[in-house]
Amino acid sequence: MDSGLSPQDKKDLDKFIKFFALKTVQVIVQARLGEKICTRSSSSPTGSDWFNLAIKDIPEVTHEAKRALAGQLPGIGRSMCVEISLKTSEGDSMELETWCLEMNEKCDKDIKVSYTVYNRLSVLLKSLLAITRVTPAYKLSRKQGHDYVILYRIYFGEVQLSGLGEGFQTVRVGVVGTPVGTVTLSCAYRTNLAFMSNRQFERSAPIMGIIVDHFVDPPYSSHRPANMGQPCNYRPPDEEDGGAFVGVQDSQEVCTTSFSTSPPSQMMHGGKEGGVVLVPAHPVHGADAHLTVEHPPITPGSMYEFNLPVSPSSGDDDSLSHSGDGRRDEGRRSASPSDPVEALNAFTRKIGAFVNKPSTQVNHTSASLDLPFAAFAPRGLDSEENDPMVQPPDSPPCPSPLQASLHSQGSEGSGPQDDFVMVDFRPAFSKDDLLPMDLGTFYREFQNPPQLASLSLHISSQSMADDLDSLPEKLAVYEKNIDEFDAFVDMLQ
Amino acid sequence: MNCRSEVLEVTVEARQVEEAMLALLHTILLHRSTGKFHYKKEGTYSIGTVGTLDIDCDFIDFTFVRVSSEELDRVIRKAVSEFKDALSNSGSDGMGQISLEFYQKKKSRWPFSDECIPWEVWSIKVNVVNLANEQERQICREKVGEKLGEKVINVVEVINRHEYLPKMPTQSEVDNVFDTSLKDVQPYLYKITFQITDSLGTSVSTTMRRLIKDTLAL
Repeated sequence: MDSGLSPQDKKDLDKFIKFFALKTVQVIVQARLGEKICTRSSSSPTGSDWFNLAIKDIPEVTHEAKRALAGQLPGIGRSMCVEISLKTSEGDSMELETWCLEMNEKCDKDIKVSYTVYNRLSVLLKSLLAITRVTPAYKLSRKQGHDYVILYRIYFGEVQLSGLGEGFQTVRVGVVGTPVGTVTLSCAYRTNLAFMSNRQFERSAPIMGIIVDHFVDPPYSSHRPANMGQPCNYRPPDEEDGGAFVGVQDSQEVCTTSFSTSPPSQMMHGGKEGGVVLVPAHPVHGADAHLTVEHPPITPGSMYEFNLPVSPSSGDDDSLSHSGDGRRDEGRRSASPSDPVEALNAFTRKIGAFVNKPSTQVNHTSASLDLPFAAFAPRGLDSEENDPMVQPPDSPPCPSPLQASLHSQGSEGSGPQDDFVMVDFRPAFSKDDLLPMDLGTFYREFQNPPQLASLSLHISSQSMADDLDSLPEKLAVYEKNIDEFDAFVDMLQ
Repeated sequence: MNCRSEVLEVTVEARQVEEAMLALLHTILLHRSTGKFHYKKEGTYSIGTVGTLDIDCDFIDFTFVRVSSEELDRVIRKAVSEFKDALSNSGSDGMGQISLEFYQKKKSRWPFSDECIPWEVWSIKVNVVNLANEQERQICREKVGEKLGEKVINVVEVINRHEYLPKMPTQSEVDNVFDTSLKDVQPYLYKITFQITDSLGTSVSTTMRRLIKDTLAL
């Protein structure tokens, strides 16, 4: 209801809200870059610093924000949200917080748009600067790097807080009343970080086998996997690629920086006001534009990387779709082959200790394999070709590691409990030249000694039966000799 | 016009006093500073740009945002340093209070001097504790960081109520509302005072006042 609002005021208000939304996104994302922010004060107004605050505009972030807004403004029932999440190098993700810019119906008709509203929006942005350093995600973002990265996602429409877990807290940054509604800025942040306490975030060395720059795509790459959020990192572009972003001139639009101390009827607007160039609407999925563009259908709001099927069509993000499977004992380096089985055979498998593995690899070339205790593997086993345990007569030849693992036997197969192959290693400080067998062999052999005869159930039950049978005879003998027993007892007394 | 008064309380270790005070005072001043005004003809004025700076604390797990102005930072640091010295020299309990008062000047006729009318006062009560070992200090680092975060949220909550603020002044009146001495930013007129509480729980100044009153009553 803006019947009391002049067209100029309405136009100004829309512009203020639009740029406030863009600046809000910039502040939030920049606060999660992991670096300290520093901007300079300037006593002379440049005309491009909205709300009289020096907030840099990262072009990629502005582009994403405009794409999410798709030419609309935050309004009643249409909130702009910035979701901050964490993604580990193993592929686990977790939403940390959601910042919401909302509008409700409570109007303040008497407020002056170009003066009071503008100044209050400026104060609200300052509050946002302060609060973004206070929520728990800030500390996490400062430590991001090898182990995890912080991602952001901007969406427009209904606020989604379900991903924040139970017991999330809300902090209200502030409100500004306007003649068309009240602008509210708040943050809902996760408090249950239990998932993360099981992971180690303090590792100093990068995790092996995972390319650390997965998450750092060049800002101008047109093939970025849009089903995941954008990383909160920014490298200043080497060249200004203004053509890649429609409407980039928008960010330099001159803002109203002149105010008047005269009564409202004499107010003037200093400075030039360029026309508002809105980004042509590219509604990808309707008003709720998510960052999902050129990928298989994904549920709205999902931004997590899932294991895309290995197919040629996903060649764009092959480096990403295979990471984070969680299988740490396999180093995968494949491109995107079309046949998964083929792909498996093409792998170079790095095998961890005590894993079910083909005996051929263990015994023959143990020194060349990347085994932790390869040096301790027995070297003198030349007779393994003759050992029926190693190569059972009826096993087919093993062309691929996958098939060999199904027939593998331990070289020291110790009998019924041999579900896994023991790596034959020497215990520390043991010598094998003095005794015919070493400590390990001795231990294994005597791990299952034969049972003691007296403890055998069969024998004990037999003796019990014998005892019972012989009892009447014994009683008869004792009765016969009863006089002797009595005399013995008397003697003792 | 009533003066708005807000009280914040913190409990810190001695070495954390300075950073805790800087964090809170700068957070308040960030909200109560604007860019420099440039008055033009016909009663219009334009406003300069305020930059911001993230400051990591060394003794507290906390980062705060301050206005990007070295001059302002120097003034605040000096006041906080005096407060810290007074606290440590007082011995006893280590309790004190530092106040940041925003005021307006009202010109009076001669021979009366200008009146200073406060419109917002922030009082930060400080309680200094001594810790026994490193483990306690480490816990204190984190706890004080969390507490300061809560205080920042309190400050923001008060400020965003958008209650009384002085009207934007004309060129001739600007020095009655704003501190125009700095070259890059323009905070509202403010002053910082502090008082140290002695072990009896009364402030030194009230004790002195009582003494004088008692003397005069004889």
